[in-house]
Amino acid sequence: MSASDLLPFQASLEARRSSGGKCLVPYLTGGLPGWELMLEAVASAGADGIEVGIPFSDPVMDGPIIQESSELALAAGATPPGILDGLSRLDIGVPLAVMTYVNLVYRFGYERFADSMVKAGVSAAILPDMPLEEAGDWCGAADAAGVQTVMLAAPTTPDERLLRVVERCGGFVYAVGLLGITGERDSLAASAKVIAKRLKDVTDLPVLVGVGISTPEQAAEVCEVADGVVVGSAIVRRVLETGSPESVADFVGSFREALDKG
Amino acid sequence: MNNDLKNQADELAQVFASDMVGAPTGVGRFGEFGGMFVPETLVPALHELEAAFRDAWSDPVFRNELDTLLADYAGRPSPLTRCDRLGEQLGFQLYLKREDLNHTGSHKINNVLGQALLAKRMGKTRLVAETGAGQHGVATATAAALLDMECLVYMGEVDIARQELNVFRMRLLGAEVTPAVSGSRTLKDAVNEAMRDWVATVEHTYYCLGSVLGPHPYPWMVREFHRVIGTEAAIQCRVALGAEHPTGRPDVVVACIGGGSNAAGIFSGFAAFPEVDLVGVEPAGGAAIGHGIPGIVHGMKSYLMQDEFGQVSEAQSISAGLDYPGVGPEHAHLADSGRAKYEQVTDAEVIDAFQLLSRTEGIIPALEPAHALAWVVREKESLAGKNVLINMSGRGDKDVGQMMEVLGDTL
Repeated sequence: MSASDLLPFQASLEARRSSGGKCLVPYLTGGLPGWELMLEAVASAGADGIEVGIPFSDPVMDGPIIQESSELALAAGATPPGILDGLSRLDIGVPLAVMTYVNLVYRFGYERFADSMVKAGVSAAILPDMPLEEAGDWCGAADAAGVQTVMLAAPTTPDERLLRVVERCGGFVYAVGLLGITGERDSLAASAKVIAKRLKDVTDLPVLVGVGISTPEQAAEVCEVADGVVVGSAIVRRVLETGSPESVADFVGSFREALDKG
Repeated sequence: MNNDLKNQADELAQVFASDMVGAPTGVGRFGEFGGMFVPETLVPALHELEAAFRDAWSDPVFRNELDTLLADYAGRPSPLTRCDRLGEQLGFQLYLKREDLNHTGSHKINNVLGQALLAKRMGKTRLVAETGAGQHGVATATAAALLDMECLVYMGEVDIARQELNVFRMRLLGAEVTPAVSGSRTLKDAVNEAMRDWVATVEHTYYCLGSVLGPHPYPWMVREFHRVIGTEAAIQCRVALGAEHPTGRPDVVVACIGGGSNAAGIFSGFAAFPEVDLVGVEPAGGAAIGHGIPGIVHGMKSYLMQDEFGQVSEAQSISAGLDYPGVGPEHAHLADSGRAKYEQVTDAEVIDAFQLLSRTEGIIPALEPAHALAWVVREKESLAGKNVLINMSGRGDKDVGQMMEVLGDTL
C-alpha cells in the first residue's frame, strides 16, 4: 500500500470495515442555505464520511432531486471556491469528499482545484463525467497534491475494464447500483449486489454502492455484499422538504442503525 | 477515365487525405477538443457504437442500403440553385445547396437515416433523441416510423411552445415528445434529458444524437453521415462554375452554426482546398466560438458559453435550432487552426434575410440558414464578384408561425 491510501476518507472507511461494520456516506448538496449546519448534523448521526456536492448547471448523472437542490444552491449563489472555503472552516470530525462535474474543475484549473481541496481538508474527489479515458490530466494533478480520485464502476463495465477502474481508483470504489441516474427507487435493483460482488472479487478498496439506495432496508440489503453505501437523493429530499438539521440527522441515523444491525 | 472524372477522383483523394475533416485522433480528439466525458455507464456503449460504426461504414452492403434510402426516400442528391436575382442585388454569384428540399425539410435526415440503420444493425429497438427546432426530432421520428422502431424525443419546454407544428408532426409520426423542464428549457436541456434517459436504457436504446456534438464517436460519425452534402456540392459547383473556371470551386462556403452539423457536412467537401474560405455563422446570442472559452459539457471538450466558475450559460436566439451554448468540437478545432472563421449575426439581421430570400428567390428559408444569408448580406462589399455557396440547411415552414408573430402587420 502506498502512503496515499492512508488519506482520511479511505482511512475512516477502512476503520469501520475492519471493526466489522458497514460504511455510511451521506451526500449533501453544498451551497444550499444553511448547508454547513446540515453537514454538522449529519456528521454526528453516524456518517463515516460525507460527500459534498458542488452544484453544476448541467448535472447529467443526476435525477430530479439533486437537479433541484443544485438549482436552488446556484440560485443562492453557490460557487466552487465558496463551498471549498466553507468546508475549510468546518471542523466536524468526519472526512470529506467532493462530488462535482468535470467542467467546474477544469475551469478552476486542475492543479489549483486539487490544492484548494487540500487546503479545505477534503481528501477525495468524485467526478461522474470523467471516465478512465479522460482521467489522466486531473489524476496527475490530484496525485501530486495528495488527493484521491474515486472512480465509478457501472453495471455495464466489462470485467477487463473493471480491473483498470479499480487500479486508477482511490478512497473507495463507487459502485453504481443500477442503470440510471441518481434518485430514489422503490426497491433495491438486482444489479446493485451484482456489481458490488464483482468489485469485491477484484479489489481491497472499500466498495460502496450508490445511486438508488433510498431506505435503511435497501442499504442493509446491499451491504450483505458491499462494504457500505452512498445515500444521496433520499437525504437531499428531506433537506429540501424540511430544512431541519435534526430531522435530516434522524433520517441518516436510521441508516446507521440499520447497517449496525446488519 | 475522362478528365472530369479523374479530376473528381483526385480531389476526393485529397479531401480524404486531409487532416482537416479527417478521422479524429486518440479518444475522439480534434486537436485538443472532443473526447468522451460521460458517466462510466455509457462508456462501454460508446465503445460498442464506435466499433459498430467503423464496421458499418466500411461495409458496402450498409453503404448501399443507406445510399438507396438517401436517394429513393430522402430525395438526394439535393439540387444546387444559382440565385440570379438576389446575386445581382448583392453583387456576387450566390449558390444555395438545397438541403431544404430533402424529405422532412432539412439536412437532418442524412444523419438520422445513417444512425437509425446503424441502430437496427446493432439490434437496438428504441431511439431517443434531443431536438431544438424540432427538425432533428421530426427526422428521427420519421426514421423510426420507416424502420419500425420506438421513438422518444426530448424537447425543451420553451422550444415546444415556439415550434408546435414540429411537435405535432413528431406525434403524427408515432413518436413520443417529452418536455425538458430544467435549466433554460431549450436544446441544452433536451440533450441533458436524452443523456439521462440513455444512462438508464442503454441496453436496448440507441441515442440518435442530432448534431456534431457529444462524446466520441458522435461528432465524427454525424459529420461522416453529412459528408454527402459537401461531396455533392463540390461536384455540382464544378459543373455550375463551368470548365473555364480555374478550380471549379467557390471562393466562400457559408453555413450556420448551432452544434454545427450542416456546416460540418458542407465544409467536408472543401476543407482540403485552402483557397476556399469556410465561414460558420453563429447567432450573436448563442456564439460558443465567438463568446465562449474551452469547457466540458455533454461529453465533449469544446468552446462553451459559461460563467467564470464554469456554469453553462443559457443561449438566447430567435432560432430554436441554434439556441445552444456549445459547439461541435471539430468546429472548435477548425476555428483554432484558422482553417474556418466564425462570425455572428443578430436576430434582426436574420429576420431581414429571412424576408429577403423569400421575396427575391421564392425560397422561404428556415431561421437557421437565414443566419448564413444574413452574414453574406452584411458582407456584400467584401464578397463582391465572388462565388459564394450557402448551405440552405432547411426550409422555413416550421418558422412561419413564429415569424407571423414577429412581423405582424408590417408586411
